[in-house]
Amino acid sequence: MRVMAQMGMVMNLDKCIGCHTCSVTCKQAWTNRAGVEYVWFNNVETRPGQGYPRRYEDQEKWKGGWELNKRGRLKLKAGGRVKKLFGLFANPIQPELKDYYEPWTYDYKTLVDAPLGDDFPVARPKSLITGQDTKITWSANWDDNLGGTAEMGHLDPIVEKLRRESEDKIKFEFEQTFMFYLPRICEHCLNPSCMASCPSGAIYKRVEDGIVLVDQDQCRGWRQCMTGCPYKKIYFNHKTGKAEKCTFCYPRIEVGLPTVCSETCVGRLRYLGLFLYDADAVTAAASVTDPQDLYQSQMDVLLDPNDPAVIKAAREQGIQEDWIEAAQKSPVYALTKVYKVALPLHPEYRTMPMVWYIPPLSPVVDLLRDQGHDAEDKDVLFGAIDALRIPVEYLAELFTAGDTDLVTGVLQKLAAMRAYMRGISLGNDPDESIPAAVGMDGATMYEMYRLMAIAKYDERYVIPKAHAEQAHDLEEMGCSLDFDGGPGMASMGMSPFGEASGRPTPVALETFNALKDRQTSDSVAGADTLRGRVNLLNWDGNGAPAGLFPQQHPTEPPAEGLAGSVEGGRS
Amino acid sequence: MNIFLWGVLPYIMVVILVGGSIWRYKFDQFGWTTRSSQLYESKLLRIGSPVFHFGLLAVIAGHVFGLLIPKTWTEAVGMTEDIYHFNALFVGTIAGVGTLGGIVLLIYRRRKTGPVFMATTKNDKLMYVVLVAAIVFGLWTTLASVFWPVHDMTYRDTVSPWFRSLFIFQPDIAAMAMAPTSFHIHTLVGMLLFIAWPFTRLVHAFTAPMHYLFRPYIVYRSRGRGASVAPRDGWSEVGTRDRDTSKR
Repeated sequence: MRVMAQMGMVMNLDKCIGCHTCSVTCKQAWTNRAGVEYVWFNNVETRPGQGYPRRYEDQEKWKGGWELNKRGRLKLKAGGRVKKLFGLFANPIQPELKDYYEPWTYDYKTLVDAPLGDDFPVARPKSLITGQDTKITWSANWDDNLGGTAEMGHLDPIVEKLRRESEDKIKFEFEQTFMFYLPRICEHCLNPSCMASCPSGAIYKRVEDGIVLVDQDQCRGWRQCMTGCPYKKIYFNHKTGKAEKCTFCYPRIEVGLPTVCSETCVGRLRYLGLFLYDADAVTAAASVTDPQDLYQSQMDVLLDPNDPAVIKAAREQGIQEDWIEAAQKSPVYALTKVYKVALPLHPEYRTMPMVWYIPPLSPVVDLLRDQGHDAEDKDVLFGAIDALRIPVEYLAELFTAGDTDLVTGVLQKLAAMRAYMRGISLGNDPDESIPAAVGMDGATMYEMYRLMAIAKYDERYVIPKAHAEQAHDLEEMGCSLDFDGGPGMASMGMSPFGEASGRPTPVALETFNALKDRQTSDSVAGADTLRGRVNLLNWDGNGAPAGLFPQQHPTEPPAEGLAGSVEGGRS
Repeated sequence: MNIFLWGVLPYIMVVILVGGSIWRYKFDQFGWTTRSSQLYESKLLRIGSPVFHFGLLAVIAGHVFGLLIPKTWTEAVGMTEDIYHFNALFVGTIAGVGTLGGIVLLIYRRRKTGPVFMATTKNDKLMYVVLVAAIVFGLWTTLASVFWPVHDMTYRDTVSPWFRSLFIFQPDIAAMAMAPTSFHIHTLVGMLLFIAWPFTRLVHAFTAPMHYLFRPYIVYRSRGRGASVAPRDGWSEVGTRDRDTSKR
């Protein structure tokens, strides 16, 4: 047993309102550069829908992920090593820009510069690829909220498959349809096929926390990873010619902060925490014959962090005590393995994805409510989950390789939790038969309710800090002093050539300090804790916070005359 | 003049090629990429690029065979001059025409596909001129020796001995000087190409990922020290500018 730690995420899809805040904040943080205009490390898809890039789940076309060869061994679906090298000069199966969409901006300048005339000036769309006028025909969420689904809904690969296999038709008439949102990031798989596809070996999994990253120096732009990833979550930066992907916001994770998408999630539907897993068991687990067994084999790879044998093995692997403790408190472990309500996305790709989803009960509940039923009554809900086969089958194709019993079981747990908690809220005695009906006891169900409904920030995000001291201690004692009061910040502003000179502050530490200042300050602007720096964007115009003007000589008092003149100017 | 061209220039070229590549490898890892444009356009690339690259591999193999293996060796295994030349010309012409056809298609695509043309730098354009020139003059030497054969003056008696003599630092300048002009031009353009090589996108050839055949599929790497330190120097600035959208 080789115990390794893995940062994981669970998303509770019932809470997703499809606001795209995660996508937008992620884009602002990571992909608001030329070359990655079309790239969304985090995107939110409306299901049923084609997804982004279009129809990425159609692996007969895109050849992502793994499959078993004749001898039952794992093999890249797009072909082995030799075949990949022969396809090096032009990737035979690579999504093009039109499969994502052609990014654009608007010609806003015309609005300002247009000469006086009878017509209103118009900001025309301009392609960010060619710079020419363009016609907007698609985007990362063009079919948002089932837009155009009546016409194009059949293009969803899962709808296509279900229609082929069953006689039931998925209905797109509005009164009979269902939908939910699916936010997607990189899965940071245990058995990543992008990594296996990379000819240069530039994609790697971090030993400490399992985050999958692209070494930007080592990437040579062979583009095989784009084909290899079945989730199409590796993107090609067409300016730099290198692959880029979701980083799990590693600079934030390293200092104990949640990812940007989690931090800004309006519905608070994301959970972050550690898994401990047996790295030696991954390949065997990914090679089980029946795709519907992959969920269970993936669960078996995850280890119980409270098991003394696991703890001992983890220590032997050099996993620190605070990390083991974090793994024990991990909300993602609780949701996947203790309550067993979180499911992996497309386990049949055999990549062992580590972003898990609690399937949405809402399509069922909404439909019942609309039909005038009591949507929180246990018996009504249980019966409806079985009767409303289509949503369940659809969810099963997404999360369990088609095993509807598994999805039904999870949905029944969620339904039971609603019914059980309603009884308690109404002041009745807890009805222990409800949790018993789904194989849980009342106390566990209450705990699950707490975690899913009212868990606070530090219960949803249990992120142990990276052990930087191991790396830095031996190297430079002077450097470790910077880590005392505020890591790295001690040297800021002290450089003789201004703050941009000297060795750059590591990105993680800078983010950490800026965020800590903002989060712990009492005032909106946090002017008093900005450590001698003033952010004019946050300055509310009241007075002159210390540090607005530089001290001209350290021995003289601050330039009060100047500060006064600012106040004078206001009155 | 002959001394400079055939006795000095080759060594200057090697110094620049090797030194430049080492320097770029150390200094500009981030810029070391194929800069693929397949994201913009795939149809023509999927024909042109393999034809060009596989053709080029055959051409390289032909050069190695023709330049490194002495005439006496092939004669020793019973290969007559005529058979050798027929083979060399037949295979060489196919490879050369394929390479040329491939690159012509790629350049046509590069000019005609808007986004690909916009992503073409001045460096690329210059490189294409030298590369195409090297291929064209190379083909010319091949064809010229078919249609205007100078049998007593084949490259195996002139260019090849000179090429081999370079490795023992006693360049046989006289032999090379006797070679026909077409060979002189092709050799000079070739040397120019190799001088420019480390400073163009051609460097991607030096990191052809043969180690992919042997490495394990899953790569683990420690976060290690310096993992989150700011990037090193490189050629391209960190924030690249947006495309110009002022055109109508």
